Amino acid sequence: MSPLDFVVLIGSMLAIAAYGVWHTRGNRGLNTYLKGDSKTAWFAIGLSVMATQASAITFLSTPGQGYLDGLGFVQIYFGMPVALIIIAAVFLPIFRRLNVYTAYEYLGRRFDKKTRLLGAALFLVQRGLGAGLTIYAPSIVLATVFGWPLDLTIISSGLVVIVYTVMGGSSAVTVTQKYQLAVIFAGMVTAFCLVVVKLPAGLSFTDTFALAGRFQKLNAIDFSTDVHQRYTFWSGLLGGTFLMLAYFGTDQSQVQRYLGGASLREGRLGLMFNAICKIPMQFFILLLGVLIFVFYQFEQPPLFFNATLSHYLAAHPSDERLHNYETDYQSLHDQANRQLQDWLKARHDGDRAAAAAAFAGALTAHQEGEKIRAEAEKSLSQISSTTTATDADYVFITFILHQLPHGVIGLLVAAFFGAALSSKAAELNALGSSTTVDFYRPIIKRDATDQHSLAATKWFTAFWGVVAIAFALYAHLVENLIQAVNILGSIFYGVMLGLFVVAFFIRHVGGSAVFWSALVSQALIFFLYFTLPISYLWYPLIGSAACVILSIFLQGLFNLVGENGNRNTT
Amino acid sequence: MLFMGQDTNESVEPEAETGLPWLRTWNQVYLVVIIHFAIWIVLLVALTDFFS
Repeated sequence: MSPLDFVVLIGSMLAIAAYGVWHTRGNRGLNTYLKGDSKTAWFAIGLSVMATQASAITFLSTPGQGYLDGLGFVQIYFGMPVALIIIAAVFLPIFRRLNVYTAYEYLGRRFDKKTRLLGAALFLVQRGLGAGLTIYAPSIVLATVFGWPLDLTIISSGLVVIVYTVMGGSSAVTVTQKYQLAVIFAGMVTAFCLVVVKLPAGLSFTDTFALAGRFQKLNAIDFSTDVHQRYTFWSGLLGGTFLMLAYFGTDQSQVQRYLGGASLREGRLGLMFNAICKIPMQFFILLLGVLIFVFYQFEQPPLFFNATLSHYLAAHPSDERLHNYETDYQSLHDQANRQLQDWLKARHDGDRAAAAAAFAGALTAHQEGEKIRAEAEKSLSQISSTTTATDADYVFITFILHQLPHGVIGLLVAAFFGAALSSKAAELNALGSSTTVDFYRPIIKRDATDQHSLAATKWFTAFWGVVAIAFALYAHLVENLIQAVNILGSIFYGVMLGLFVVAFFIRHVGGSAVFWSALVSQALIFFLYFTLPISYLWYPLIGSAACVILSIFLQGLFNLVGENGNRNTT
Repeated sequence: MLFMGQDTNESVEPEAETGLPWLRTWNQVYLVVIIHFAIWIVLLVALTDFFS
């Protein structure tokens, strides 16, 4: 990175954080700290909900997903419109009517204290771990690529977000997220435009799509009913609905965003804004990855995008076997490139037979090259034990560093950090709030004043920030980063959602029945995760269904033996 | 176990108006969201079929 990039990066990040602190300097009340000033308009809520969900991993790793697997990943978001409509129509009015600070407070009123604590505990465990991943994931990629010390990157970005979140609370999160999202969109749109500009001169818009389609990169929808297949229309629509319902409806980091709305209308419109925008947004981020794939069909890509592996390769020039992989890969890419030039010419001449033959040759060379890359990656991963992220996480950042001009590089790295800070701030804010409202105040300090609770929330927010940094410092990932975050959420979200579904819709079930059902269902999900190789998108559906069915069964059993199970149909 | 400012009466907020010029009820807003989603599905299916 050049000095100009550093100026853009550090300037934009510090300016936004400082603005967050300045803007919320007068906030002294607990209510304002936990929910904002309750004047937030729908557009700010919509952006805040979007920024909370879209972490740095979304922008770093999703184009890589598009590069490697095409547009299929967009299917994970198919459940979002339905889920957000259910939340806007059912969840939000109830949360607002009861004027709760956390979603789990509602469980306490509807059931009992132990169920409220269970819901909050599930949230704290999964979100506490998730917060570590949110900060670790961009740090490992950026530190590896730029050669920055990883620990320093994690600690410094973690401290920035702790400072303004602790000082400003919920309003600081909402205010800063607006500007962080502006930087993110500016960066992504610039990158998109520059990829289009950098495509070869003779390659038209339709040529680009035809080429991507022939490489199966535009297969956005798969109607397969195979449950082992990770991303299909059905897993996205059914499993995705439950995943999104759980995330947006029961995860305090999201609930806190839309509870801060000036009215029910503002909260609902903020959610509908996301229901409309999310699929197009993810589509264009994936399409960016597909365009980068097309770009690299005409430019020599590195053997490894994964910086750990490429650094290892550079540091061991005497390793003949590895360098042979590189030479073979380059030669196959040259061969594919020549065939693609022929394909393009034949296509423009209208010679279908020649175009088909040329593309078949290019595809064979491409597939051979991919085999070599996989072999090289496998053997290098065995040698280098420090490999912690897959190639997908490095595709976009490698493209940015090698193909985009200075200034834009700084803007995009600022976008990644902005995304990391915005989602992390919302998570810390929610973790601190839930710890105070659901644990500290009801169990430890029942007579705490609001001033005392405010101070406690700030300490807990800082505590969770330090936990996240500590977790990030010791995290070692085996999966693609964005998938790791989604898998972690899927394991816990089903049961959390089950608790709320029973609370909202099954009025005769009481606290004891739902509490024990939730524990058994969570154990079931852990068992399935380790024994049944199905797409993780199904876990929320299975977890919530198990929790609901077991609750009804247990309540029936309790009724038979004369226990009412703390029924309360608030 | 309520904080100051938290309403104990479970105050009922009126079913808010959408405030949108063409969509007066929330059901109309939800319908637009579903139609928008359906259009995207159709476009993505078309993209998949046309270029595969």
